[in-house]
Amino acid sequence: MKWSEIFTSSVGKKWIIALTGLFLITFLIVHAGLNACIWVNDGGTMFNAGAHFMGSTVVIRIVEVGLMLGFVLHIVQGIMLEIQNRRTRKIGYAVAMGNKGSKWYSRSMGLLGTLILIFLVIHLSHFWIPNRSNQGWLLGEEINLYERMKITFQELWVVIVYVVGCISLAWHLLHGFQSAFRTIGVTNKKYLKMLNALGTGFSIIVPFVFALMPISFYLGWIK
Amino acid sequence: MLDSKIPSGPLESKWTYYKGHCKLVNPANKRKLEVIVVGTGLAGASAAASLGELGYKVKAFCFQDSPRRAHSIAAQGGINAAKNYQNDGDSTFRLFYDTIKGGDYRAREANVHRLAEVSANIIDQCVAQGVPFAREYGGMLNNRSFGGVQVKRTFYAAGQTGQQLLIGAYQAQERQVALGNVKQYSRHEMLDVVIIDGKARGIIARNLVTGELERHFGHAVLLCTGGYGNVFYLSTNAMGSNVTAAWKAHVKGAFFGNPCYTQIHPTCIPVSGDHQSKLTLMSESLRNDGRIWVPKKKDETRKAVDIPEEDRDYYLERRYPAFGNLVPRDVASRAAKERCDAGFGVGTTKQAVYLDFRYNLINKYGRTEASKHGIENPDEATLERLGKEVVKEEYGNLFDMYEKITGENPYEVPMRIYPAVHYTMGGLWVDYELMTNVNGLYALGEANFSDHGANRLGASALMQGLADGYFVIPYTIGNYLADEIATKPIPTTHEAFETAEKAVSDRITRLMNIKGSKSVESFHKRLGKIMWEKCGMARNEKGLTEAISEIQALRKEFWNDVRIPGIINEMNPELDKAGRVADFMELGELMCRDALNRKESCGGHFREESQTEEGEAKRDDANFTFVSAWEYKSESNWEMHKEELIFEVAKPTQRSYK
Amino acid sequence: MENYNMNLTLKVWRQKNSAEKGGFQTYQVKNVSSEMSFLEMIDVLNEDLINEGKDPIAFDHDCREGICGMCSMYINGRPHGPWQNNTVCQLHMRAYKDGDTIVVEPWRANAFPVIKDLMVDRSAFDRIIQAGGYISVNTGSPVDANAIPIEKDKADAAFAAAACIGCGACVAACKNSSAMLFLSAKASHLALLPQGAPERKSRALAMVAQMDKEGFGSCTNTGACEAVCPKGISIENIARLNREYMCAAAVSDKG
Repeated sequence: MKWSEIFTSSVGKKWIIALTGLFLITFLIVHAGLNACIWVNDGGTMFNAGAHFMGSTVVIRIVEVGLMLGFVLHIVQGIMLEIQNRRTRKIGYAVAMGNKGSKWYSRSMGLLGTLILIFLVIHLSHFWIPNRSNQGWLLGEEINLYERMKITFQELWVVIVYVVGCISLAWHLLHGFQSAFRTIGVTNKKYLKMLNALGTGFSIIVPFVFALMPISFYLGWIK
Repeated sequence: MLDSKIPSGPLESKWTYYKGHCKLVNPANKRKLEVIVVGTGLAGASAAASLGELGYKVKAFCFQDSPRRAHSIAAQGGINAAKNYQNDGDSTFRLFYDTIKGGDYRAREANVHRLAEVSANIIDQCVAQGVPFAREYGGMLNNRSFGGVQVKRTFYAAGQTGQQLLIGAYQAQERQVALGNVKQYSRHEMLDVVIIDGKARGIIARNLVTGELERHFGHAVLLCTGGYGNVFYLSTNAMGSNVTAAWKAHVKGAFFGNPCYTQIHPTCIPVSGDHQSKLTLMSESLRNDGRIWVPKKKDETRKAVDIPEEDRDYYLERRYPAFGNLVPRDVASRAAKERCDAGFGVGTTKQAVYLDFRYNLINKYGRTEASKHGIENPDEATLERLGKEVVKEEYGNLFDMYEKITGENPYEVPMRIYPAVHYTMGGLWVDYELMTNVNGLYALGEANFSDHGANRLGASALMQGLADGYFVIPYTIGNYLADEIATKPIPTTHEAFETAEKAVSDRITRLMNIKGSKSVESFHKRLGKIMWEKCGMARNEKGLTEAISEIQALRKEFWNDVRIPGIINEMNPELDKAGRVADFMELGELMCRDALNRKESCGGHFREESQTEEGEAKRDDANFTFVSAWEYKSESNWEMHKEELIFEVAKPTQRSYK
Repeated sequence: MENYNMNLTLKVWRQKNSAEKGGFQTYQVKNVSSEMSFLEMIDVLNEDLINEGKDPIAFDHDCREGICGMCSMYINGRPHGPWQNNTVCQLHMRAYKDGDTIVVEPWRANAFPVIKDLMVDRSAFDRIIQAGGYISVNTGSPVDANAIPIEKDKADAAFAAAACIGCGACVAACKNSSAMLFLSAKASHLALLPQGAPERKSRALAMVAQMDKEGFGSCTNTGACEAVCPKGISIENIARLNREYMCAAAVSDKG
């Protein structure tokens, strides 16, 4: 079986989404951990040191390409799958099944993913793109991201967009985290139970931490 | 006199001798031979798969939307095999003997012995196919006991044995479809068999989706079309189960053997009202653990659980101490009817008896589990809890089914059960090779008459279906086809196909043109009522004579007043049903004639005129040790042929389960 | 159990054949007994329709014991109606009360085209089995049934997966019309048994390829299939198939 056949099959596509999803989940941990440095409340010294490490280390920058690739694969496959799946039922039901048997968010991964994508574009245009363009795509000089955060999060609408983005992420993760493990074939009930608990915790804590950042700046909890 | 072509030699070596001496077809020639298999239940699917594996070109037909839906799937309890895994004294001979005795000495010895011989292979074959039989903790296969025998030889897969076996055969068939050896025709119904120069050469089938008639050629035709229990309208058969294929073959010359032998299964959920469309069986295996009783007092008004032990009549244990609740089906059914007729029945209709699990749940399973868990002096609640868990594992799906249908929880209150039509031992007459008296026309499984005599033992139907399909027909068909290798496929433009198709088409047109006022269903219900009342669990001369004229009158009315909506060339379930009911009405008359003719009681056939003082069935071996094989002459006109039954090994005695 | 009678309003999908467009028709059904099964209620309605000279409602059904897998109705937004672990034929009218409105639709999926009214064509399932849902063993003289002991837990798990009746409710319930529960139940049943082990790789690959070809969607683990499955087949089987598939695909040295 050729690789092209494997990854164009329905199960293969799901594997790509699951693996990239899990990869993005690990990224979220790093991202959230680093950003949590703002709560040291030291005027951004520690945060900027971390940001500098991430922005100016060759290895990390190379990994970043992998991360982008992960995002692209996850998004493209996700959209393609959503379109294909929607096409499997030309005539729909008069009475929808609704929540009889499944959770709304597990049926709305496409929608939630799209919301996250919109948020992501806004988010990147706030920080990552200006920073990288300032660096000239190489290891040039970075901008002070902490200061930029402070300014960006003075606007209420921005804070709301970020909070909505994080809520979308939470629902997306609530299904995605455990679904990814099912897709890669975990059947052991003991581990599934553990992973479900872990997934629920992760889906609540990480987006909460992210959402708290703009709120903290907006309400002036950090200087 | 009919020639059943039984090989010579001692009983236990007949089949070996036959296999060693029958003609063979070489692989290159097999590819040139076409075989039509009608029906895809255990017999049909296993035959189609096995013949496909051998290299024959097979066409498999079924009226359902997929071969996997055939009614074999509904068999619950298990499949017998003389494996003696339990070391409890079982052997091929015992299985043979039990089957002959259970069939009340009206089956053919040689066939039954062959069945017992191949039974062990069936289990091996099914396990190799991946059938998930129940196992013990050591990884070995488990067995349970069934009615009419004293050993544990029944293999099972919870309450879904038929399903698992059928899916195994279905998968084997699908594999052959994938390999191109079998061509599958779902939603097709066989409406006639085509006979050319005295040999079956094909069928006329109707595509049920488009309504079109199709012609199919075959060097041989296998009918694996199941039983005709639906002649009673209410039975445990599937709604679509019908006699049409077998009946068309009968009208074309195949003899019908022992049509009156009907099995009434003792443990079914009772009828709830006029709307009832079918009856549901509760597996006989439940009698292993359930005790059957009725109140000792007539018109008892207390609830079952409130009736104390001393006011209960465990009538089977009382009448048959040796076998108790595990007497054969015919005996158990009649005993239930006797109690209900005497006014001891329970439930709103008073046509039911109790099947109670409480005793064994607590005493058998509860205590075993308690001692396993090291609980000393357990109280009743603990025993009940522990026992329930085991019962749930053994019979969970049956208990759930009962609760869905009746709304009562059988873990708490006893089940209400009553006998219902379940299986028909009669069927197309076949010889030792499973060939009818028409050359090249075979009948397998429940569709033939051969192995169960006048009463089938539990867990033997699955055994017979698979034995016929996997292990008998692959040999016997070769013996016939070896002489057909020079026969080129006959084009379906042949005159015989033309005539047969025209006859089928004319009949359909005639049915559609009646445009009367009553639905097909209403006729079927009326036929069922006549059959159940007069040709059911107990039969007598007066009733049977009346039934014959009533059925004739009903048939006349049907052909003048039935209303079939829709048109011919479309999916038209009412039209399909009309054809089947028309055939049932002809069969019903034949059944009554056969029952009238057989003035003895044997197995499931109980003539009130022939009973012992205690009300048990009384055979008349001097006059009736034969198979009645009916030849169709014209409407309401049959000639009976006899096949004498010779018992060389299992000498007939009065059956006793006391 | 107290029995009662009720009057109901039925909205049923009627479609003459696969080529013509269908639509809903409304029927009043009177004096329905709570002891009837759902299909018996339809029988009664059909009897009335025939007597009025109208076309009865075509629907698939056969064993009426919940085992053949033929019956298939999507009732008030749920395949097989409101009861858990149940088929339509075993659904009884106790589930409804006087004055209820019941909407009955056929299974909806491109892979299951409507034949007439509530009947659909599920032959795609046969073709998925043909692709590899079997153990390649010819009839003959296999080893003794007890030659290979199978640990009870595995045998039980294989049995639980083998309980599938192929009704297609999983496809009907799935927002993606995925056949993964059906497919994975068969693949699991066979993969869990030692007899099925030699073909487990080719089986997983071939069956998934056929499913994709038939136009079923892919699984997104929503769990709707499991919730409506009349035989309680677990989505754990889907996870197992995912694993089987990737293991097989990754080590395959073709291509």
